[in-house]
Amino acid sequence: MSEQTLLQMEGIRKSFVGVEVLHGVDLDLRAGEIHAIVGENGAGKSTLMKTLAGVHAPDEGTIRIDGQEVSFHHPAAAQAAGVGIVYQEFNLLPDRNVAENIFIGREPVRAGIVDRRKMERETAALLEEVGEASFGPRTPVRWLSVAQQQVVEIVKARSLNARILVLDEPTAALAEGEVELLFTLVRRLQELGVGVLYISHRLREVFALSDRITVIKDGGVVKTLNTAETNQRELVNLMVGRELDGYFPERGAKDDLGDVRLKVSGLSTALLRDVSFEVRAGEIVGLAGLQGSGRTEIARAVFGADPIADGTVEIDGKAKRFKHPRQAVKAGLGFITEDRKAEGLALAQSISDNMLLAVRTVMPSRKRRSTPGLMTVKELAEVTELRARGPEQEVRFLSGGNQQKVVLSKWLETQPGILIFDEPTRGIDVGAKAGIHDLIRKLAKDGVAVLMISSELPELIGMSDRILVMHEGVLAGELPGGASEPQIMELATGSAEVAA
Amino acid sequence: MSTENVAASGFGADEQDRGRRFLSALASTGTIFILLLILWVWITILNPTFAEPGPFLAYLKRSAPLVILAAGAYFVLVSGNFDLSVGSLVTVMVVVAARLIEGEPSRTWPVILLLLVIGAVVGFANGFISTILRVPSFITTLGMLLILNGAVFWWTGGAPRGALSDNFRSIGRQGIEGIPWIEQLPWSVLLMFAIGAASVLLMRADFGRQLIATGDNERAARLSGVRVDRVRILAFVLSGVLAAVAGILLGGFGGVSAQVGKGLEFDAITACVLGGVVLGGGRGSVVAAMAGALTLEALFTWLNLQGISGALEDTVQGVIIIGAVGFAAYRLRGAR
Repeated sequence: MSEQTLLQMEGIRKSFVGVEVLHGVDLDLRAGEIHAIVGENGAGKSTLMKTLAGVHAPDEGTIRIDGQEVSFHHPAAAQAAGVGIVYQEFNLLPDRNVAENIFIGREPVRAGIVDRRKMERETAALLEEVGEASFGPRTPVRWLSVAQQQVVEIVKARSLNARILVLDEPTAALAEGEVELLFTLVRRLQELGVGVLYISHRLREVFALSDRITVIKDGGVVKTLNTAETNQRELVNLMVGRELDGYFPERGAKDDLGDVRLKVSGLSTALLRDVSFEVRAGEIVGLAGLQGSGRTEIARAVFGADPIADGTVEIDGKAKRFKHPRQAVKAGLGFITEDRKAEGLALAQSISDNMLLAVRTVMPSRKRRSTPGLMTVKELAEVTELRARGPEQEVRFLSGGNQQKVVLSKWLETQPGILIFDEPTRGIDVGAKAGIHDLIRKLAKDGVAVLMISSELPELIGMSDRILVMHEGVLAGELPGGASEPQIMELATGSAEVAA
Repeated sequence: MSTENVAASGFGADEQDRGRRFLSALASTGTIFILLLILWVWITILNPTFAEPGPFLAYLKRSAPLVILAAGAYFVLVSGNFDLSVGSLVTVMVVVAARLIEGEPSRTWPVILLLLVIGAVVGFANGFISTILRVPSFITTLGMLLILNGAVFWWTGGAPRGALSDNFRSIGRQGIEGIPWIEQLPWSVLLMFAIGAASVLLMRADFGRQLIATGDNERAARLSGVRVDRVRILAFVLSGVLAAVAGILLGGFGGVSAQVGKGLEFDAITACVLGGVVLGGGRGSVVAAMAGALTLEALFTWLNLQGISGALEDTVQGVIIIGAVGFAAYRLRGAR
């Protein structure tokens, strides 16, 4: 690793409408270094990166690249100076091919016509440089998996001669197996002398990948540490500023389990083949698997969001086949979807409207008034420990964790017997995560049957009473709670010989 | 984030402060009311009689059909669709009424009932085609506009026949007489306020909340159990029925012609946009949409007083619709 300092940010301050969100941040990055930036949501990581990318101009402070002071007033200026950013949400055109996406806006031209051959040749060279062989320059982006699209984004930054690459939560959308591929790619870039700023919530990844770690909290740097000289516990304490004694709430006792609430037999859809399992009252059943293995498809099929080709779903002993999610809601199911913004919330509506949306569809207001046990919006906010200005605040202004609490409240209000969680803590900071874990366990203790899909193995292992593992649309096996990560990965990757 | 003024848990302190909440709601959607007030004052300065009860009620009476159409357009817009067919639907109402009534007062009420049914059926057709058959509503209702126009032309042979009865016309023209100070309270104004109040209640009820959530995020609404196709079809039905009501009022105001409803669909959409309703759905209030209609009418009055030709109305409307959407986009950018 070279010791040459590539990037130096000093005393960066930034305010929005009079509120200072960055209080003089110092950060440096060496060539060929992977520097992780960790911190809770809202700590200021993204804002800091945006000052580097030329999206926001800092109010105070200096940015130096190769010792030269620079100031970016436009993202293009940052790009030209060698700063590349890959955001969580990609900026690719699905109907164009890989080469066209990489060279968009600066296509090589010959005699006034785009020189496709040159474009494709250069793209092929770039893909080869990072060791990507699973697709080519002519593959339409629509055909690519999320992981492959990410590679395109990184290669695109690289093609703009990015020497400083910012990866914002790059693994949030990836499944466990794909993460390794990303790591390989990042290490490859490291060898090429690129400095990588790696923003992540997942501490395990940070330890696996980074050379140094900077902890950011409340708009300031808490500490920069050498990865080799610290551990997860220290890091979490620095991030949240408090001792987290247990990561996960205690499991329920065996005799807490009640009757079978959800029973799925021989479920088949376009993507699933012959999936059978059951979930009891008071039980949390984890559902593991790689991206595309059919985890979410199970949830959608059970919930009536996608058609079922074959098989039966029994709720509390009665066979049901839902044609519309509303029937599932009526039968006492709730579905906390993977993508909060696209499928969980009406972002421009108020907290109160979002919290009441589901109950409104199944119970007329007259009946709501006379139904005991229904909570008010205020009580829901207290139960979920929501932090917000008031019930009329639009949910788009809330942080990810608080948005997730609104989604949860929506389902709590329907008094469900079965709750399906799809990635319950994705993109949520450490503190809020623990709160959501506690709530899920408490719901189970109160007799709710919980099916929990997650790509985060520690979460699955820590929370589940049993773990089901999916592989290519088939249930590959079942493991007891507290199973190890390798056990799960063996099943998920299909490398174990197990009878389901 | 800076936008979260955080309390320990639960809601921040200003929850109880209803007054402040009202003010902040006014600040976010209230631009239209301020604009309306400014126009009223300005018109009064140019023509002091405007503020007197008689002329002011005449203005409200004139505005009533558009206000009612704007409420209908609101339901459809906020659910994420367009209804371009209401103008020609209004024409259908007037032409059909004249032909069937033929000046015979006893036929008035059955025909009115029929008109409301026609409105509902056309609305249902628009909704069914746009949701279940997945034809974009812009196309569906544009097609419906042409179909209705053609049907009117074919049925009347170019010149509408028949006549409206006096009691049919009185709905648009007359009112409750002998009220002190204002003398007459027009039926159309009463109807306008009644429909306004009903619309507000509807938007506060479960139906309204599901409708606006559908317009905001269809997938999330569906996964929460909202029958999105159904609420959207209902919005079209409401729009059709309200177009029938507006047609009945307009039949009373003016003569029977094949031009009565021309361009009203755009007037109604302009009114909504002026009131801050976002095309594409999920944002805006029905009161503001109706205030938008009053503002548009006031603007036409103002143009008149300024001696600007009525021929320029279309141009003004074009400027408004672009300006209002531009302003909304600018404000959303500011909020980000």
